[in-house]
Amino acid sequence: MRILIVEDDPVLLNGLTVGLRLSGFSPEAVASLADAATAMDSDEFRAVVLDIGLPDGSGLDFLATLRRAGDARPVVLLTARDQVADRITGLDTGADDYVGKPFDLHELAARLRALLRRGEGRAQPSIEWNGLVVYPETMSGKRDGGTIRFAAREFALLQHLLERPTAIRSKAELEERLYGWNEEIESNAVEVHVHKLRAKLGARFIETVRGVGYRLAEEDAG
Amino acid sequence: MSIRLRLILALVLATGLVWLSAFLWIETSTRGKVEQVLDARLAESARMVSSLLTNRRIDVADAAAFSRALPDRGGYSRQLSCQIWSLSGELIGRSSGAPSMRLTQASEAGYSYSEIDGERWRVYAVVNERIGARIMVGDSVEVRDRLVRDVVGGLLLPAAIVLPVLAVVIFLSVTRGLAPLDRLARTLRMRQPTDFSSLPAGPAPAELRPVRDALNNLFARVARTREMERDFTAFAAHELKTPLAGLKTQAQIARIAKDDTTRETALCDIETSVARTDRLVRQLLELTAVEGAQLPEQRVELSSVVSDVASELNRLAEDREISIRIVPSEADRLPLPRILLHAAIRNLVENAVLAAPAGSDVQIHTACDPQFCIIEIVDRGTGIPDDIRRRVPQRFLRGGTGTGSGLGLAIVAVAMERLGGSLTFPDAARGQVVRLTLPRHSRRSPDG
Repeated sequence: MRILIVEDDPVLLNGLTVGLRLSGFSPEAVASLADAATAMDSDEFRAVVLDIGLPDGSGLDFLATLRRAGDARPVVLLTARDQVADRITGLDTGADDYVGKPFDLHELAARLRALLRRGEGRAQPSIEWNGLVVYPETMSGKRDGGTIRFAAREFALLQHLLERPTAIRSKAELEERLYGWNEEIESNAVEVHVHKLRAKLGARFIETVRGVGYRLAEEDAG
Repeated sequence: MSIRLRLILALVLATGLVWLSAFLWIETSTRGKVEQVLDARLAESARMVSSLLTNRRIDVADAAAFSRALPDRGGYSRQLSCQIWSLSGELIGRSSGAPSMRLTQASEAGYSYSEIDGERWRVYAVVNERIGARIMVGDSVEVRDRLVRDVVGGLLLPAAIVLPVLAVVIFLSVTRGLAPLDRLARTLRMRQPTDFSSLPAGPAPAELRPVRDALNNLFARVARTREMERDFTAFAAHELKTPLAGLKTQAQIARIAKDDTTRETALCDIETSVARTDRLVRQLLELTAVEGAQLPEQRVELSSVVSDVASELNRLAEDREISIRIVPSEADRLPLPRILLHAAIRNLVENAVLAAPAGSDVQIHTACDPQFCIIEIVDRGTGIPDDIRRRVPQRFLRGGTGTGSGLGLAIVAVAMERLGGSLTFPDAARGQVVRLTLPRHSRRSPDG
């Protein structure tokens, strides 16, 4: 799941990128509001982790601009100023959550999952499809009483397919959703991950639509 | 002692003194006038008796009684005393109540004083050659004094009544006059300790206006200081919490990472972050030091400060493959506190080292004329963006690179302000130049 991180501290930026990737997200990092604005122009990103103190302005102003423009994507504010009044201002400006520095990486990931879940209209943390129950918080799944563990990229791919199970996702789209802008992508990366997923979930769980892309198989009626 | 009490005492004393001197003056002048009038009366009486005797209108015995008929004003019952002596020295006649002793021993005519039986007399003597008699008319000095005392006493009575009234008037006037001061004191007493707004503007007496202005000034200064402190705290919190967040995140990554490369990168980032946090803490302390404490008067050798800075930053420069070159001038001493000069030069050189591309050099030029010393730090970096330059005096400003805290230039600006020097960015073809201009003669501000 593509997440935009707006943070100007290089170490923290790097930490967030790597950390969220390890938690099953596909984060992209920018260090200024100008870059953030460009990134938000597309609907590539599903959520934003936004620092308040940035070199070219305040994250709060950026947030207000987003909301004025009708952008409803979840925004988690990230800030050193975490007094109650600051939190209230942040939330009232349109933030969906507020995390004070220093924060726990797992907690941030959990909050992002919760926001995305709500954004999809779900309250249950787990997703069910075709006999498979997927738990995003542990990047694992359960079927027929057995636990299945996924690697971060595999899980990201599975999660993207699960968002709209019967929709066909092209290889290019999947690549875009799985990898950052500057990451080297092997030409058969998506095929490799699909192959690994099929090995864990059974060959028929993911269908290949020749010449178009991939989708999850219809649920067995019985 | 309160101003009110002081004013009241001063006014009462001054009024009392004025009254006292007026009283003394009136007393003296009244005494003079009374003497004059009574003396004239004495002489007149004596001459009258003499002329009556000469004209034989009365005989000697009657003449002595004449003085009894002289007008006798209320309370002053002692009449004039008259004696008629023959020229040979026998008492021919005297008025009743007149002493039997000769009123005056003086042989010639005219005024004199004498003392008979312990009583002082004012006497006027006339010699009547035709009848061969000496006529003496005398006045008791005590009666005269009483007359003067009564006149002056008549003046004292109203004074005794008026003085307390005056005291009340003085008290009320002083109280009323001091009312604006009381109001000011009350306003100040009622203020919240956190209230640094200006005092109400309304009309104020000319004497209080400077006080009010000074207070407003002070309030503004305190408010500014507090604001700066708040900014400082917020800044320090933000600037320290961000690297902490980075450290924590990287530490968590190092723990959960499945591959060595990710773990290694995370650990490297942790090291970088610790070094940067260390620099930030040093700069925060440096800023406090540069802004705060009283500094000793001392003379420093510019070249020694420059070489100290260069050796301190040598490690950092080597890590970044940058060489620091000192272009020295003759050794020059400056009347400046070492800590300020050191902090200013160090931060500029550190900035330059961090901004310079690997493999380039950072040059420190120094040059002095009798008036100024100029220190230029030259690097081959991209330079300080214009908008940052304009806002240099602002504290807690961050460059766009994300590597600096923004404290460096603020420290330099504060140090220059205290040293009476200036920080400029001359455009030069040879690279990015930052110039410090320092006076060679102490021109520090009084509080510096």
